[in-house]
Amino acid sequence: MGDIRDMGLLLKEHPFFQDMGKAARETIAGCGRNEVFEAGRYLFHEGGAADSFYLVRHGAVAVELHVPGKDPVVLETLHSGETVGWSWLIPPYKWSLDARAVELTRVVVLDAKCLRGKMEKECALAYELYKRFVPVMAGQLLAARFRLTDVYGNPER
Amino acid sequence: MRDPMTPSLYRVDKVVRELPDTATLGLVPSGGDGPFSFRPGQFNMLYRFGMGEVPISISGDTLDRSRVVHTIRAVGSVSRALTELAPGDEVGLRGPFGSSWPVDEAAGHDVVIVTGGIGLAPLRPAIYHVLSNRGRYGRFVILYGARTPNDILFRSELESWRSRFDVDVLVTVDSAGREWGGNVGVVTRLVDRAGFDPLHTVALVCGPEVMMRFAIPALNGRGVPNGRIHVSMERNMKCAIGLCGHCQYGSYFVCKDGPVFPFARIATLFAVREA
Repeated sequence: MGDIRDMGLLLKEHPFFQDMGKAARETIAGCGRNEVFEAGRYLFHEGGAADSFYLVRHGAVAVELHVPGKDPVVLETLHSGETVGWSWLIPPYKWSLDARAVELTRVVVLDAKCLRGKMEKECALAYELYKRFVPVMAGQLLAARFRLTDVYGNPER
Repeated sequence: MRDPMTPSLYRVDKVVRELPDTATLGLVPSGGDGPFSFRPGQFNMLYRFGMGEVPISISGDTLDRSRVVHTIRAVGSVSRALTELAPGDEVGLRGPFGSSWPVDEAAGHDVVIVTGGIGLAPLRPAIYHVLSNRGRYGRFVILYGARTPNDILFRSELESWRSRFDVDVLVTVDSAGREWGGNVGVVTRLVDRAGFDPLHTVALVCGPEVMMRFAIPALNGRGVPNGRIHVSMERNMKCAIGLCGHCQYGSYFVCKDGPVFPFARIATLFAVREA
């Protein structure tokens, strides 16, 4: 129980879960653990099972697209206070990109298999999680659309 | 009083090739003009003889009155010709024109700059002003976005500002390879990460209009009201004195009433789709 209480505190301190009710937070805390990634270590790879997601506590994570025969393209960097990964919410639960620690990065890893099971049983918990992940997805979609317009590109080119 | 429609003769005395399509020109008067004074955010009309005249924001320091500094991106035939000038070449110059960044009104507040691409150039005089009068302001945050790491304007200056202990500089690019160790993502996402007091902040925003349309909701989302957000608008300015109407923007002329507007004044126009 001691570990769960500590994890509950970590979740409370993280902006993603800050305004969540204590009961839901404690339920989620039971699926969490701390992990440290050295710079260069991958959190996950494209095609791998999306059975977790990450709360960045300190550090930075680059979300990358692997390009055969070339260096990966960095699509986004995520920092402390942000979350990494939402493929765990969408079947077939596979990562569609790579995620790499840019520097020493401390995260809370949340076990998605454990969470998916709890969400199936508790609709209120599922709603609390979706309520937080949908804005993340919407923000990333909007950012992607913004970048599609290539606003800084030279109209002469 | 000088006729505002008559250009003065200026000579290029310095050229800095900032980016493949962007150059900074230092101009000194060739004729009898005295020292040049301007306010941050104002622009001049630069005349490339035989080609035409374009509005270009002043990107130098208001304290340096010996030289007029313009950073120009080649986006058309005249601006391209201006970027190709060499020391000793001459141009016509009319100005300065237009409204300015509210650097005095911002005193006592946090100052947040949100900019992208060439939009950093019209804001550089305001940045110089805040840095020269650092004690008059609260936190000073510069958020800058570029297309790729190779497209970052004034890179060495951004690095120099970031090395100070009294300025927060966050730079991001829209895409990058792994060799870039900095931030990747749209500039508006930096707004959430920046440390400032939204209720005591003056935000200065300049960049492509689409970028500004994304930046303003991000600032609003942090709690910065429209009345404390100032934007620099770009339209087809010709006479620069509010006569010809080319740059009409609702009931305003961008050349005379702008280019810097309090966003609250033009918020309804911002959503209007122009043909």
